[in-house]
Amino acid sequence: MRGNANMNRLVSRSMVGLALGFSAVSGYAQVTFDRLVNSAKEPQNWMTYSGNYAGHRFSALTQINTQNGATLVAKWVYQTGAPGDGSNGRFENTPLVVDGIMYGTGQDGRVFALDARTGRPIWHYERQSPRDIRPCCGRVNRGLAILGDKVFFGTLDAHVMALDAKTGHVVWDVTAADYAKGYSFTVAPLAVKNLIIISPAGGEYGIRGFVDAYDADTGQRKWRFNTVPETGQPGHETWEGESWKIGGAPGWVTGAYDPATNQLFWTTGNPSPSNRGQGRAGDNLFSDCLLALDADTGKLNWYFQFTKHDTHDWDATEVPVIIDTGGKHLIVQANRNGFFYIVDRTTGKLLSATPFGTVNWSHSKDAEGRPAADKDTEPTPEGRRMCPGAAGATNWFSPSFDPQTGLFYVNANETCDIFSTAPQKYEPGNAYYGSAYFPADDSPGMGAVRALDPLTGQKKWEFQHLSSSWSGLLSTAGGIMFSGDAQGNFILLDARSGRALWHFQTGGEIHSGPMTFAVDGKQYIAVSAGSAMYAFGLP
Amino acid sequence: MRYSGWMPLVWSTILILSALPPALYAQDRNPYAGDPQAAEAGKSHFRINCALCHGLGARGGARGPDLTRAQKRHGNSDAEMFRTIHDGVAGTDMPPAIGSIGVEMKDQEIWQVITYLRSVQVKAPPPTGNPEHGKALFYGAGGCSKCHMLEGKGGRLGPDLTGIAGSRSIESLVESVREPSKQIVPGYQTVTVVTADGKDAKGCLMNEDRFSAQVMDTSEKILLLDKDKLRSFQKSPVSLMPPYTASALSDKDLEDILGYLLAVSAK
Repeated sequence: MRGNANMNRLVSRSMVGLALGFSAVSGYAQVTFDRLVNSAKEPQNWMTYSGNYAGHRFSALTQINTQNGATLVAKWVYQTGAPGDGSNGRFENTPLVVDGIMYGTGQDGRVFALDARTGRPIWHYERQSPRDIRPCCGRVNRGLAILGDKVFFGTLDAHVMALDAKTGHVVWDVTAADYAKGYSFTVAPLAVKNLIIISPAGGEYGIRGFVDAYDADTGQRKWRFNTVPETGQPGHETWEGESWKIGGAPGWVTGAYDPATNQLFWTTGNPSPSNRGQGRAGDNLFSDCLLALDADTGKLNWYFQFTKHDTHDWDATEVPVIIDTGGKHLIVQANRNGFFYIVDRTTGKLLSATPFGTVNWSHSKDAEGRPAADKDTEPTPEGRRMCPGAAGATNWFSPSFDPQTGLFYVNANETCDIFSTAPQKYEPGNAYYGSAYFPADDSPGMGAVRALDPLTGQKKWEFQHLSSSWSGLLSTAGGIMFSGDAQGNFILLDARSGRALWHFQTGGEIHSGPMTFAVDGKQYIAVSAGSAMYAFGLP
Repeated sequence: MRYSGWMPLVWSTILILSALPPALYAQDRNPYAGDPQAAEAGKSHFRINCALCHGLGARGGARGPDLTRAQKRHGNSDAEMFRTIHDGVAGTDMPPAIGSIGVEMKDQEIWQVITYLRSVQVKAPPPTGNPEHGKALFYGAGGCSKCHMLEGKGGRLGPDLTGIAGSRSIESLVESVREPSKQIVPGYQTVTVVTADGKDAKGCLMNEDRFSAQVMDTSEKILLLDKDKLRSFQKSPVSLMPPYTASALSDKDLEDILGYLLAVSAK
């Protein structure tokens, strides 16, 4: 009878809960690794940066679809409190939602938990950064990882932190690197098993990059993979002299994970200095690479380098996307250098590379089929026009893969820059570019959502933006997808045709990846814009 | 002599401060003055941080003034130039150098940039235009004020020219008069629309996004347009401003108008 009595009490509590409207959030459970692996079973939640380990940024939710998408309305708005003009960096966060609670990061060390139904804050944490931090591209942060009862993030002064998910209290705080030398964290970490995977930014400061794994319970570092090999390690021979010590290759965008093989796929950024090859002759491994690492040990299984000896700032820090189809195990990436790469996930061998944007740097392929750089592409004193420009044909903002349409979506930007030499002496902590670059007078300066066949790289449709867009993309089983633009529009497209079905003016440039979740049986779409988080739903 | 007991401390403090390295006086004196290596380093910092607006050789462009001129609008001394670069200039496009996007320099790098600018400085001949005659032309026969505002007086169809001579090179201003279509300031692109009911309108594109446009027509009326409701929406690379060739406006008259614009900018 005790059981019955307990059951009665449970029923009674549930009834009260329903009456008070908190039934949806009363069932908060720990976020286990098993839940992260099987995230498709709970589409109401969004538990990793890209929605799943494969990097798809796709949701199986269907309540909002092609039939009713045009009726979407704003449900709530949350202001982070950071300047909305981007002067402290853009609001680049993709939030997580677990069991009715939204967790996100804002600019300048802000972390928050919200009631995902209303946007009302539950807790807020703000970390004071040292006055002399110098993150290259704004005081930004792209999000959190969640595991157990903690959320994890990296700071602008190169700390890794764990906060209690229910209160926002600091659980642990470890220093990963010296911020005074240009190291910072902007990436959303990835939780794998009991490890928190994270990698720094700082390719414009002559850092030496790494990928780290921390014990989620204690903050103890379990392994580090140095993305620039030291003396005696494979790949070291691709650096001239001592240049490897300040070789860059940061990993500032969240990677993917394949539970079947326990492989972590992480990408790396430009070699340092970012725009000058003199002094670092060689391929400069493992800059601009896709790395396949053993998730338990950080051991390198294979690598694929997209751009050898990069002098145009073409970081490979775009989300790699895992696709399994027809017995093929692929990993694909729309790379900043303008090519869409299809790589065999088992061997690391390139299967194809096809331009998806304007490219003038490569007119041939090497023996492996990789686009090879033309002879004269380096910056010159007078300036050399190269396409894409330094910001790339795409950048860190997330693509999306829709398994229903079978299409890969990417925001592609058409830009060309003039690259002019500007040699700099390395000084620890100082900017270290080595050249100047500005938009060419004839730079198209436009952007478009492009739908690609991920098995061939061929374009199926495009939706043109007025200018370059730095918005990530989201697709759903409702047959729809979302993009944002630089003019502040949040836009719903038919995922099969690219036809615009709805848009909303947010009042702030969209520099983030949209996501979706459901609470109390209602689906929401969320996106960061300006300095505010918006949630949309059906009327 | 009430304070006589403090005097030794005061003097010793002054002596200690006098012995400290020049970095402490960063706001007043360039520690790299005349150093060719610093000038070379400053050239690189200038290219990376400043050249987008001021041109690769510091000779100015469509967005920033010619910095090879000895006369700088916001002060010629090293200390004034340091403050201009370090803090930016309120009310202009000149940002502070302490931001983290685009322009970012430490004090030492700013001094190197100043050293570089001193190395490329030229004594430009003083402007020879007659500002009084230029003013008469601007508001009279030249027709400039029909579309351009200056100190709150004039038209709205073209850019306000009140501070223009201080923020752009003379060469780019001449180009804008002689060949106005070569580079059109954002917000002033020519656009022609046909509305759903067949009405034509022409004007300047004040703003637009993927779905809407805001246009000032030639009578200075602001049109609020939904692109999907228009019969046509055509942007043109040809400026609404007619090209003022030498036969329409002599070199001397143009010089006088520029003299007037320089005089207004210097206020």
